[in-house]
Amino acid sequence: MKAAPAAFGALALLAWQAAVWALDVPQYVLPGPAAIIRAFLAAPVLLLGSLLSTLAVTAAALVASCILGGAMAGLMASSAWARAAVLPWAVALQVTPIVAIAPLVIVWVGDPFASLVVCATIVAFFPVFSNTAAGLASAPPELVDLFRLNGAGRWQTLWLLRVPAALPLFLAGLRISGGLALVGAVVAEFVAGSGGFASGLAYRILEAGYRLQVPRMFAALVLLAGAGIAINAGLGWFGRWLLRRRGEA
Amino acid sequence: MLLVQHASRGFANGVQALADVTLRVDRGGFLALVGPSGCGKSTLLRLMAGLDRPDSGRVSWDAGPPAPGSIGYVFQDATLLPWATAAENVRLPLRLRGQQAAESAPLVEAALDRVGLAGFADAWPRQLSGGMRMRVSIARALVSRPRLLLLDEPFAALDEFTRHDLQECLLDLQRQDGCSVVFVTHSIYEAAFLARRIVLLSPRPGRIVQEIGSTLPHGPALRQDPAYAALVAEVTSAMRQALAA
Repeated sequence: MKAAPAAFGALALLAWQAAVWALDVPQYVLPGPAAIIRAFLAAPVLLLGSLLSTLAVTAAALVASCILGGAMAGLMASSAWARAAVLPWAVALQVTPIVAIAPLVIVWVGDPFASLVVCATIVAFFPVFSNTAAGLASAPPELVDLFRLNGAGRWQTLWLLRVPAALPLFLAGLRISGGLALVGAVVAEFVAGSGGFASGLAYRILEAGYRLQVPRMFAALVLLAGAGIAINAGLGWFGRWLLRRRGEA
Repeated sequence: MLLVQHASRGFANGVQALADVTLRVDRGGFLALVGPSGCGKSTLLRLMAGLDRPDSGRVSWDAGPPAPGSIGYVFQDATLLPWATAAENVRLPLRLRGQQAAESAPLVEAALDRVGLAGFADAWPRQLSGGMRMRVSIARALVSRPRLLLLDEPFAALDEFTRHDLQECLLDLQRQDGCSVVFVTHSIYEAAFLARRIVLLSPRPGRIVQEIGSTLPHGPALRQDPAYAALVAEVTSAMRQALAA
């Protein structure tokens, strides 16, 4: 059963390659898997370097999302007024398309790397924020009462009860945000174009598109998809490991 | 020790949970609050714990307001911290009051030993059965040697044999500690087995309709005692009258 996805993928790749050969499809329309691999092997350092560049933006955005989302969720948990004040603006930011905001961010921030990180953070921030806020509010009321009965202060209740209770939901949000940070980084690179960092995978896709190097576009796309899968799987593993260590999984 | 005087409590949704309840909890006594579901038993318990305030009337203590840790509370579910071991859960009340781990370790060990979980200090809650989790919860409530122990239908979700075990364990612990106990239950059998005073509450809004005293000797043999069956019959009859009124 575990081999099913790989087996299905291999079959699909074979069918794709066979169809491209049989129908003699031009490479600038649809390259086969073999051409894509050749395109990657023609410039592995360039493409892997670009992948690292995109991953650097993704990682920075994910860290920023965790800090910002966690802090804002903590603020909301500590005060009903803060919750009422912050939540509508967080939702407004979430529903505004990043493609519409990105040009402004790039102009305002100036530094290419920082502006890409800001854009990716805007995309990735919400799941961590909303899940952490829900997690902080999820502590059982009986335990909150127990803390009160034993004279616990607000900070003790936050650190010893609400934060640990929020961890499973935070980790679920982190996993979603990991994928979104990559999406945000790619979208921001696209919007920034040559005015941006000019070294990420999205930029390579744009560049290859201008030159009609369609196999290289696909090679970059495959690397992006692989990175997304690795981020999702890695964060999933990290979450399970952490919860197992706490006796919860 | 604790006096509830003419306490009434209603909620924003229009539900009147309690009406004019007056009740004294004596030092070292074991009192059972019995009544149908929704009659305000848990609300009364929360008023006694100081977790809620009556709309009218008052709750007062002979020796002034209780210090943190002087009230032990056991909920219907064990409500353990799932990310903490049994020992860490038991230590929680001491930790919240600033006691260091080394200082509290012997107390935690003794508390687990008293509820029959001496070998389970490092077990996670998910590794324990429902009855064992409830034992941890009782150990947590007793570790700080409270003056008053409040239990809100703690054994309702357990099987019959585990419930009997825990009832007998609770009586032993109360005898050793001498704390006052208020035990909420809707089981007349449980109330008659455990309590010296059985207080019957009417359907909502909860009012005290009758108080029945018991002088039966405590112990497992009580379950076969005809006097126990007679007490259960007496309480059942009084409850039927309260429900019919």
